[in-house]
Amino acid sequence: MKIAVCVKQVPDTTRVEVDPETKTLVREGVESVLNPLDTFAVEEALRIRQGLGGTVTAITLGPPQAERMLRQVLAFGVDEGVLVSGREFAGSDTWSTSYALARAVETLGGFDLILCGKQAVDGDTGHVGPELSVHLGLPQATYVRRMREIEPDHAVVERLTDAGYEVLRVPLPAVMTVVKDLNEPRLPNLEDLFRGRFAPLKRLGRQEIAADPAQIGLDGSPTRVVEIFSPSVERAGRIYEEDLGAGIAQAVRLLEEEGLL
Amino acid sequence: MSRLEIIQQSCDLCGLCVEECPFDALAIVEGWLRVGEGCVLCGVCVEKCPADALCIVEEREREERDLGSFSGVWVLAEQSAGRIHPVTFQLLGKGRELADRRGTCLCAVLVGDDLGAAAKALCCFPVEKIFVAQHPSLARFRSGTYAAALAELIERERPEIVLCGATSMGRAFLPRVAALVKTGLTADCTGLEIADEEGLLLQTRPAFGGNIMATIVCPRHRPQMATVRPNVLPTLEPGRLRDVEMVRFTPSGGAIESAVEVLEVCEKQTDAVNIAEADVVVSGGRGVSSAQGFGLIRELAQELGGAVGASRAAVDAGWIPYPHQVGQTGKTLQPKLYVACGISGAVQHLVGMQSAGKIIAINQDPEAPIFRVADVGLVGDLHVIVPRWIERIRRRRAADGPNNSAGASAPPPGHGEGRS
Repeated sequence: MKIAVCVKQVPDTTRVEVDPETKTLVREGVESVLNPLDTFAVEEALRIRQGLGGTVTAITLGPPQAERMLRQVLAFGVDEGVLVSGREFAGSDTWSTSYALARAVETLGGFDLILCGKQAVDGDTGHVGPELSVHLGLPQATYVRRMREIEPDHAVVERLTDAGYEVLRVPLPAVMTVVKDLNEPRLPNLEDLFRGRFAPLKRLGRQEIAADPAQIGLDGSPTRVVEIFSPSVERAGRIYEEDLGAGIAQAVRLLEEEGLL
Repeated sequence: MSRLEIIQQSCDLCGLCVEECPFDALAIVEGWLRVGEGCVLCGVCVEKCPADALCIVEEREREERDLGSFSGVWVLAEQSAGRIHPVTFQLLGKGRELADRRGTCLCAVLVGDDLGAAAKALCCFPVEKIFVAQHPSLARFRSGTYAAALAELIERERPEIVLCGATSMGRAFLPRVAALVKTGLTADCTGLEIADEEGLLLQTRPAFGGNIMATIVCPRHRPQMATVRPNVLPTLEPGRLRDVEMVRFTPSGGAIESAVEVLEVCEKQTDAVNIAEADVVVSGGRGVSSAQGFGLIRELAQELGGAVGASRAAVDAGWIPYPHQVGQTGKTLQPKLYVACGISGAVQHLVGMQSAGKIIAINQDPEAPIFRVADVGLVGDLHVIVPRWIERIRRRRAADGPNNSAGASAPPPGHGEGRS
């Protein structure tokens, strides 16, 4: 089984702030990390390899600095890392990102399964997996929470839905996005981390993956961000610390106002 | 990327291209020549076609040619077994506003099978047209078939705006549609406005874990597509049943084929109602301390006729399953009332619930960030406060007497005995 896992470098979202003056993201000093939701995809790929044999390749589209994140992924025991990089890719939205990843997957060739996290925690769109599957002309399963069965030619998976789950039989090759219910990711030990530092890492540019310049980067992206701003979340609520009795009475009053009593 | 375009009025269906295509990517389906997924743009068909009915066009040329020729606002009416998803009625309200602003029509789109009841239900809403993409193979949701059917309909009808709920269905198949028709898609929008005369749609959404809001546009491509979070927009109430034009649409052979098989659908696998749709959600976090502790959370939820949610900490601890998780890696809600018990309110949790109508928070730490978004904050041990609160609620209900119809979820008399 030849498995590709698409991963993304994201800023640690717990530490992102907006400069109130410039309304831009303050990203200085904010560490870039592997998208936490991708760890479940990496883990699943490794487990499948354990059962069926084969290889796991981690692919990312990002700036040269994404190599550090890719090394983290290699430390989990991934066989090979591929960094798709180049100035032309800058400003890619989900459409052109998925296009570039598809070109890379096709260039490397021969994958039976392509796994992604359900979404990246910076953009939170969840578009890239499904769009990738269209660009590759492959079937998809999103929000996979359990692999019931995996064979060289098909998989039976549970897909999480809003109201429960559904069981899908998906022929391989296919693209799947996974949720955190799926597994418990391993923690790399020192030896793994050491191996990650020296594991093979391939760099691919636009020409190597034969990507159409008109489909990548800002130019190839149908969407544009025109404004960013801070959400206002604060409420002028009342906090009861000493006078809990009054607080509970207020909570009951609120229920009444909302028509809940 | 280029694409193979068929000039249908020139094509005389001679079938030569179908024979010559080395990739079997061309087919004549129901009297129309269609390009399938196997096309690699080798150009053999273009050369062989005696009618010059095929050409390979640069996508760019196509996209910039005729933005103005797209019109109409579409709302995808998500349905399952004839039941229309509530987000649809929220989208129809916004869709009506956008269509009026653009001086164009509002259309609802149904995809599935056996859609009679759903179509009729939509006739109570101010839509000019209902597209019904119906086929037995669409009976169950599959992202591949639904996306192909909708993409085909979009290519044919050319709407300028397409809206869909950001549900597990919408989020799985709208990106496929966007990839197929090559246009932009904005996920999880919380606000939609028309910017200018060109009809540019300003799509506002949270990003970076809710730390920022971003406004996104799709300037050179149509349709402009967005998924919209459920329970963010107000719901449009049904009006009188009207006569609405129904346009039936049968997707082509290629569109309805899918190699993915749905073996089983299991709904409500936990005790929860779908928290994303509940009016009241009572959530527990680290402060609940144990799986048993969720009994109290459940009791309060039941008292308020609500559903049970949880913070990531509680889910990670294994006290309650993942479908209950509220927040960035869980669900985004906008209930009328959100009650946070023993949840400190990390930003990843806040993004999932901060747009609730009212928020009541209970936490031991007076500095907890959850209090910044709370309408009423109670500082103390939830194991003490929640039972006291429940008792006050029951006393209040008892005082109102049995004729108070607002308390539809009130427990039977005596239910609360032995507690306080």
